[in-house]
Amino acid sequence: MSGKGYVYKNEPLIFELSAPGRRAYSLPALDVPASDLAEVLPEDQLRREPAALPEVSEVDVVRHFTRLSQRNHGVDLGFYPLGSCTMKYNPKVNEVVANLDGFTGVHPLTPEELVQGALQLMYEMQGYLAEIGGVDEVSLQPAAGAHGEFTGVSIIRAYLEDRGEGHRHKIIIPDSAHGTNPATAVVAGCRTVEVKSDERGGVDLESLKAVVDEDVVCLMLTNPNTLGLFDENIHEIAEIVHEAGGLLYYDGANLNATMGYARPGDAGFDVVHFNLHKTFATPHGGGGPGSGPVGVKKELADFLPVPVVRKTGDRYFLDYSVPKTIGRVKSFHGNFGVVVKAYAYIRSMGPDGLKRVSEDAVLNANFLMRKLARDYHLTYDRICKHEFVVSGVRQKERYGVKTLDIAKRLLDYDFHAPTVYFPLIVPEALMVEPTETESRETLEAFAEAMAAIAREAAEDPDKVTGAPHTTFVKRLDEARAVRQPDVAFKGDLEEK
Amino acid sequence: MVHSPYLPNTEADRRAMLAELGLESVEDLFRDIPEKVRFRGSLDLPPALSEPELLTHMKTLAGRNANASEWALFLGGGAYDHFIPSVVGHVIGRSEFYTAYTPYQAEVSQGVLQTIYEYQSLITRLTGMDVANASMYDGASAMAEAALIACAATRRKKVVVPSTVSPEYRETIRTYTAGQRIEVVLAPYDGETGTADLSELEKLVDGDTAAVLLQHPNYFGCLEDPEEVSRLAHGVGALFVIGVDPISLGVLRAPGEYGADIAVGEGQPLGNPLSFGGPYLGFFAATEKLIRRMPGRIAGATVDKDGDRGFVLTFQTREQHIRREKATSNICSNEALNALAAAVYLTVMGREGLVEVAKLCLHKAHYTRERLSALPGFRTPFRAPFFKEFVVSGPRPLEELNRSLAQRRMLVGPDLGRHYPELEGSFLVAVTEKRTRAEIDGLADGLGGLA
Amino acid sequence: MSGVYPKDFKYTKTHEWIKVTGNIGRVGLSNFAQDHLGEIVFVELPEVGAELKQGESFGVVESVKAVSDCYAPASGKVVRVNEKLVDSPELINSDPHGEGWLFEMELSDPSELDNLMDVEAYEKFEAEEEAAH
Repeated sequence: MSGKGYVYKNEPLIFELSAPGRRAYSLPALDVPASDLAEVLPEDQLRREPAALPEVSEVDVVRHFTRLSQRNHGVDLGFYPLGSCTMKYNPKVNEVVANLDGFTGVHPLTPEELVQGALQLMYEMQGYLAEIGGVDEVSLQPAAGAHGEFTGVSIIRAYLEDRGEGHRHKIIIPDSAHGTNPATAVVAGCRTVEVKSDERGGVDLESLKAVVDEDVVCLMLTNPNTLGLFDENIHEIAEIVHEAGGLLYYDGANLNATMGYARPGDAGFDVVHFNLHKTFATPHGGGGPGSGPVGVKKELADFLPVPVVRKTGDRYFLDYSVPKTIGRVKSFHGNFGVVVKAYAYIRSMGPDGLKRVSEDAVLNANFLMRKLARDYHLTYDRICKHEFVVSGVRQKERYGVKTLDIAKRLLDYDFHAPTVYFPLIVPEALMVEPTETESRETLEAFAEAMAAIAREAAEDPDKVTGAPHTTFVKRLDEARAVRQPDVAFKGDLEEK
Repeated sequence: MVHSPYLPNTEADRRAMLAELGLESVEDLFRDIPEKVRFRGSLDLPPALSEPELLTHMKTLAGRNANASEWALFLGGGAYDHFIPSVVGHVIGRSEFYTAYTPYQAEVSQGVLQTIYEYQSLITRLTGMDVANASMYDGASAMAEAALIACAATRRKKVVVPSTVSPEYRETIRTYTAGQRIEVVLAPYDGETGTADLSELEKLVDGDTAAVLLQHPNYFGCLEDPEEVSRLAHGVGALFVIGVDPISLGVLRAPGEYGADIAVGEGQPLGNPLSFGGPYLGFFAATEKLIRRMPGRIAGATVDKDGDRGFVLTFQTREQHIRREKATSNICSNEALNALAAAVYLTVMGREGLVEVAKLCLHKAHYTRERLSALPGFRTPFRAPFFKEFVVSGPRPLEELNRSLAQRRMLVGPDLGRHYPELEGSFLVAVTEKRTRAEIDGLADGLGGLA
Repeated sequence: MSGVYPKDFKYTKTHEWIKVTGNIGRVGLSNFAQDHLGEIVFVELPEVGAELKQGESFGVVESVKAVSDCYAPASGKVVRVNEKLVDSPELINSDPHGEGWLFEMELSDPSELDNLMDVEAYEKFEAEEEAAH
């Protein structure tokens, strides 16, 4: 990331590169008789001035975005141990197949007999995910994990309403949960109730018993949880919630830990979402697109969003007749282009490969956890799953070096930082998820960097608190970005 | 034994790592999973394929789909076969972009952050709005979130939606608003014009209305009267939310000019492939006043400690990871790479190119309608002005027409009967800049023989 | 933190203060609150004329990565807000007990003030909270 002297320190905005008359497009001439614009469009509907988009040549466009790409960390550049984000390697063959014209060029409303390949892929994918999650039916429609959560909770509410239990409005969420869980609950019209974690990092059973009642819609749980710990009481948790007439929702963010070892459906979860952009190796794209399919037990299948892909004889079709469907959560059939990549991943790994993925993800995490525990406080000292959480409390108390400083200093060592200050129940948290696609050598190099930073914190704390030193920009003023908001370039383009 | 190119640990590595952990086998790492919930079987999935086998299999599946590179698609209904300049694929194919996560560590994510800032800037320029976010899932979910925000901002619980808004959008709005018990009131359309019936709309919009949601051009391709609807909404203190086709803004007035509070839309036409319905992107732009209520990520410009320009995610306290149950939305992952494609597209087209694309669509669509409406047995029922898409009623069911057109590798649609029973036998025809005169004439010839 | 807190203020357990002159109470956030929030970037103030009840949330203050609800130390009607905070929310950081005040209210039940802590009690409470963090 550092020392690339041939790249401008500050890449201009594309608007600042604009010069009147330059163009980067090439379009055919009009080959039909032109209509009179004033005749076919009402005068008051006409745009008077073209949008002030930049005027640049193709070379300008390519250099600008190529330079910007170089000011960015990605999995293809190096280790990206962002906890709960599963930044594993994105196989290139998946990109190649997803770019086939027969997938990218297909209109979503094409007659079904002309898209049998796409429907077959979706149908099979529904089945694969059902098998991996231990559920009965799957919808591929949700576009991301949080979208899957909303879909899943909506399904549960519709199911309860159908049983005459529409009064239920409480969703129980552990204090270690992702922020999307409580936000989803409220978007779905529910109230959240927080349940504490016990001293082993799992759901505290007594607190849980104290909050379940006849108003409970569901418990939303990530398992292994955001501490990277498998909840050993999952069976009892399921019993407590089910006893009260509530359902169990599985947040699939951490499924990478347990493929072939435990299936949420077998553990009592009624609704499950999958993050294809985490577990199934599709790239995150700098923030998206994701894909968040939802799986359900058969009692809930009548409530899935439409359409679901089904098969009759050897013909695949889109079934819009799901009897009590919650409706739609977006247009068309989900993020198909992402599903294609995840499908290719599952086909290239096979059942044994997926199990091996979880094994190596867990082995890598435990190996790295033991190394970091030498210098950083380990809050929950037990075997972890795919990720773990250490705390920078020692460095903060002794040397005034905060976790944020440690994260920024890691950037100088060419590593992306772990997730920081999350989960909220661990002070100065550093949440590390190495994934299975990293080698022992990479883990050792990262551990060495973390050890070096621990030494620097003790011996030369300014070096850490002033980090990063080698990136294109230094630490940025986030307060200014709110106090003096500048979220769109308002300047004029160069005039003729 | 598993051999995967994506799993670097060898058996020797695994043994050494386990030894260092003081463990005997991998099984020891899974002892915390109670036996009751432990999966002891083997997942019932097809066996692993090698890379060449996978390629063959995927090509077989892809080969069974009619696609835009071999077919002339006159299909519309919310997804359109626009031309994508080569530069777009080149840029989003750079793995520094596509293998990055959300830019949480700004200092090593300036590339993504600056492109989001530029995307937001381009969207505000296109829509004439003050601010834009980094993207939503698609046009439908963007409009649904706009409805929720309008309810929160006005503390009212009713939105009014003309039936000329896409049925898929309306279904999405219903799902999003159901939990919060928000009333979604459907307003009828004028059967002559194909646009929202304004006098009926006026009756339904009242002091309890949080927002009026309009689509323009609407689902039938017809141009609405956004100025009038804006006046109606604001007259009762409701927000005016509009869904627009971004390409149409090459020739049509920007939402900011007629008083929209929130402008959303499907960004797919901006450099994103049809991809059987996704991933697309929803763009979401608003007035400055609403910035603290906007859903999703927002990038902002600031300076680093040396005073150099840099970019960060800003107004993060709106978002779920900080505000949790009080967040403005639950959205986390968005459609960043699709937004990047849109930014590159708008940059490539630029000030002149977007106008040119819009005009090509407009002229070709009008030529097509002229040709089709002259065919015996075919009618174009609505008389409102339109942009690139219009309604045709034919002498036979769409299924039959398409079966015949398929022999020419052409398709029209979708059918309107499913969502508008009174329009049984009618369908949409969309015409982008990609359609040639030869294709349009071929379509007219193909349909002409079916009267 | 002895000496930081004005002696003539009353304090809440949620770290607001109130200074009473006649039947008007001026409300702000304590030094402890601003210190724990970090750089404050935004304040949502109540509207003039709003009727507040003691303990009711009246708005939020935000730093870059935290949001905190604020609670009314007493009941009454808001009569004036500190307009300077709209452009300079950082005044709460630099002068929490002075220039960084939030709003003034007309007290409807001055006896409620007895529920609040005086400076000695608050200093003790604040020290305990500090230790717990």
